[in-house]
Amino acid sequence: MQTEKNASVSRTSVDAASGNPAVAGKHRKPHLVDRENRATVGEINVPNPKMQCRDVSVFYDYGEKEAIRKVSLDIGQNEVIAMIGPSGCGKSTFIRCLNRMNDTIDGCVVKGRITLDEINIYDKSIDVVPLRAQVGMVFQKPNPFPKSIYDNIAYGPKIHGLVQNKSETDDLVESSLKRAGLWNEVKDRLDQPGTSLSGGQQQRLCIARTIAVDPEVILMDEPCSALDPIATAIIEDLIDELRQEYSIAIVTHSMQQASRVSQRTAFFHLGDLIEVGPTEQIFLNPLHQLTHDYITGRFG
Amino acid sequence: MTPTHTLILLLLLCAVGYQVGKKRSFAVAKIRGGPRVLHSRPVYYGSLTALWCAVPALIVFSSWLMFESGIITHLVISQLPDHIQDLSADRLNLVMNDIRNLVNGNIVSKAAGPAIQSAADHYQQLQSISHASVAVLVLVMAIAGIMAAQYYIRPELRARNHVERMIRYLLIVCSTIAIFTTIGIVLSVLYESIRFFKIVPVFEFLFGLEWSPQMAIRSDQVGSSGAFGAIPVFMGTFLISVIALSVSVPVGLMSAIYLSEYANKRFRAVAKPLLEILAGIPTVVYGFFAALVVAPVIRNTGEFMGLDVSSESALAAGLVMGIMIIPFVSSLSDDVINAVPQSLRDGAYGLGSTQSETIRYVILPAALPGIVGGVLLAASRAIGETMIVVMAAGLSANLTLNPLETVTTVTVQIVTLLVGDQEFDSSKTLAAFALGLVLFIVTLILNVIALYVVRKYREQYE
Ligand SMILES: Nc1ncnc2c1ncn2[C@@H]1O[C@H](COP(=O)(O)OP(=O)(O)O)[C@@H](O)[C@H]1O
Ligand SMILES: [Mg+2]
Repeated sequence: MQTEKNASVSRTSVDAASGNPAVAGKHRKPHLVDRENRATVGEINVPNPKMQCRDVSVFYDYGEKEAIRKVSLDIGQNEVIAMIGPSGCGKSTFIRCLNRMNDTIDGCVVKGRITLDEINIYDKSIDVVPLRAQVGMVFQKPNPFPKSIYDNIAYGPKIHGLVQNKSETDDLVESSLKRAGLWNEVKDRLDQPGTSLSGGQQQRLCIARTIAVDPEVILMDEPCSALDPIATAIIEDLIDELRQEYSIAIVTHSMQQASRVSQRTAFFHLGDLIEVGPTEQIFLNPLHQLTHDYITGRFG
Repeated sequence: MTPTHTLILLLLLCAVGYQVGKKRSFAVAKIRGGPRVLHSRPVYYGSLTALWCAVPALIVFSSWLMFESGIITHLVISQLPDHIQDLSADRLNLVMNDIRNLVNGNIVSKAAGPAIQSAADHYQQLQSISHASVAVLVLVMAIAGIMAAQYYIRPELRARNHVERMIRYLLIVCSTIAIFTTIGIVLSVLYESIRFFKIVPVFEFLFGLEWSPQMAIRSDQVGSSGAFGAIPVFMGTFLISVIALSVSVPVGLMSAIYLSEYANKRFRAVAKPLLEILAGIPTVVYGFFAALVVAPVIRNTGEFMGLDVSSESALAAGLVMGIMIIPFVSSLSDDVINAVPQSLRDGAYGLGSTQSETIRYVILPAALPGIVGGVLLAASRAIGETMIVVMAAGLSANLTLNPLETVTTVTVQIVTLLVGDQEFDSSKTLAAFALGLVLFIVTLILNVIALYVVRKYREQYE
């Protein structure tokens, strides 16, 4: 793994045009971009972007370890964009840049430019606290706070001063739980601990908690990987509904999930963004040999 | 041959038995085609032989020694002249003591008469006969054990199962030693306490407001009857523990928060062991510190502010004790804070919490049960602490909540009641056991609660 990674670093310098058929693998289809080409293929721009990333590189351990390299990608208004790729390729690292969660990791360095509504979120004048309310995040493992269901939801609005009194809080809790499709299941036990819910309910509670602070973008890092198929289906439906109001970036290791919920898909491989495009195109007619190999299950 | 020699010889025989058994197992295996036909590995046959050699012999040996002295005493008494035999049981006991002392070459209460001297000779004679016979018996049994094992060793013998069963019994015995010791301690304290409560009613002890346990030796002395109201003493313990906890809980908790949430790795690597060194300082050294440094500082400061501070004060002892238990609080809290899953922190940061909001609203509530457990353990440590209080808080049992006055604590009173020569049936001495019993019950309850809370907390994140 490590040697492969090192090798790929040297390969980045190979120009896209110099794809040499002599070094290509045997599964190569003639019309695809060669495996050795590490530059992004496909359309990274969207007409009306919510967020824009340009040449984003992330290093861990105080710059020792490069996790993603020069990733450029737009996230559109009201779209779901899926990040796919083999594990360790930097999907989580990438979306954690979008709300500066990587700032909480000692020794993590982010380079490049990321804008939200054309404002650079890594600018010195930007405070991460309101940023993270604008760009909410749902994690892989459901992580309700050790508080009641009610307080789990009310916590965010309270710290951000979005509610002034009890009745406003009650309303916000109710509407958030409704939008997360959890209200009917929990309305009679709002004072029970959030941890008493089932895994799928906990994850919806976390989504409700995130939308309670009224974000514009929601990041989801493999939100269904700890859930059973039925809970997964419920969450996927929910994501589709939430798209009406938010921009959503979702990391998933399930290609079926990506094809079910997303409009655009980005394929990462060993720290490089290999290919971006409309989901249908990525799954039916990928442009890059590596994308083709991945979605046909040749590796991953 | 003394019993010690017998024991050493027995051990040697065991070692021989081990080797013999091992050899024997090889020998029997060889006839049938190599060590693989053995049920167990050869060492087990050796160990089994050693056990057969040692266990029966040891049982005989110890039961012999247990009854030896009683039987010999009986025999010696029956040989004593009639006028001695007719003495009351107590006096006879004293005589026997003299005889035994004579035998062991110790100081005797008075010059021995010829009757006593001959009895002592008789005693010695019987004793050596007894020792010689037990030696012969034990060694014969040991050798018989080895030979029997030799006879029984064959490839089918399940030596491993036998040996491991014995080992299991041994482990069971060891694991119950602590339990039985505790029970023994409780019973002895309970027994003496009940004797105390026969003299001083329980009610008077638990709710009395005056503590002055000095009993006069002659009845016409001043203050001949002591007062055994334990409230002032427990109040002192309570006062000092509260002072200690109000120092150690905030400081310990905040240092734990700093170490686990803010400090970088390098600072943590240095600071945490340093903090834990505090726990390794002997309490008597803290006592010096309290008495020689802290108490004078407090008195001088108090005088400066126009307060009346006694030179030994609850405040000095409490402060130093608080410093002593900081590591308990901080290291336990640090552990529980670190055990709060990272995903909870991520969740809070992901919602836009600041670091201090995350700590106050998410991490501390999640860690609270564990922290409470740590504080309770620290509290029971404070309640049981003696040395610092002896040196810095004084001995007089004032019923006061003023931290600037001298107070005393339960443990200090126990020490002062039992130091020096004591008559073990005066209420003064017995009072120490009653205090100990109550103290034991209080700390036991605290510990049980603490363990329960901590266990609950662990379950939550597993
Ligand atoms: N906190 C960290 N410290 C050091 N290296 C990390 C850290 N987090 C992730 N990495 C490394 O960065 C690379 C990308 O990880 P990640 O973004 O988690 O991948 P993915 O989510 O696609 O599985 C991996 O090689 C991983 O080992
Ligand atoms: Mg990941």
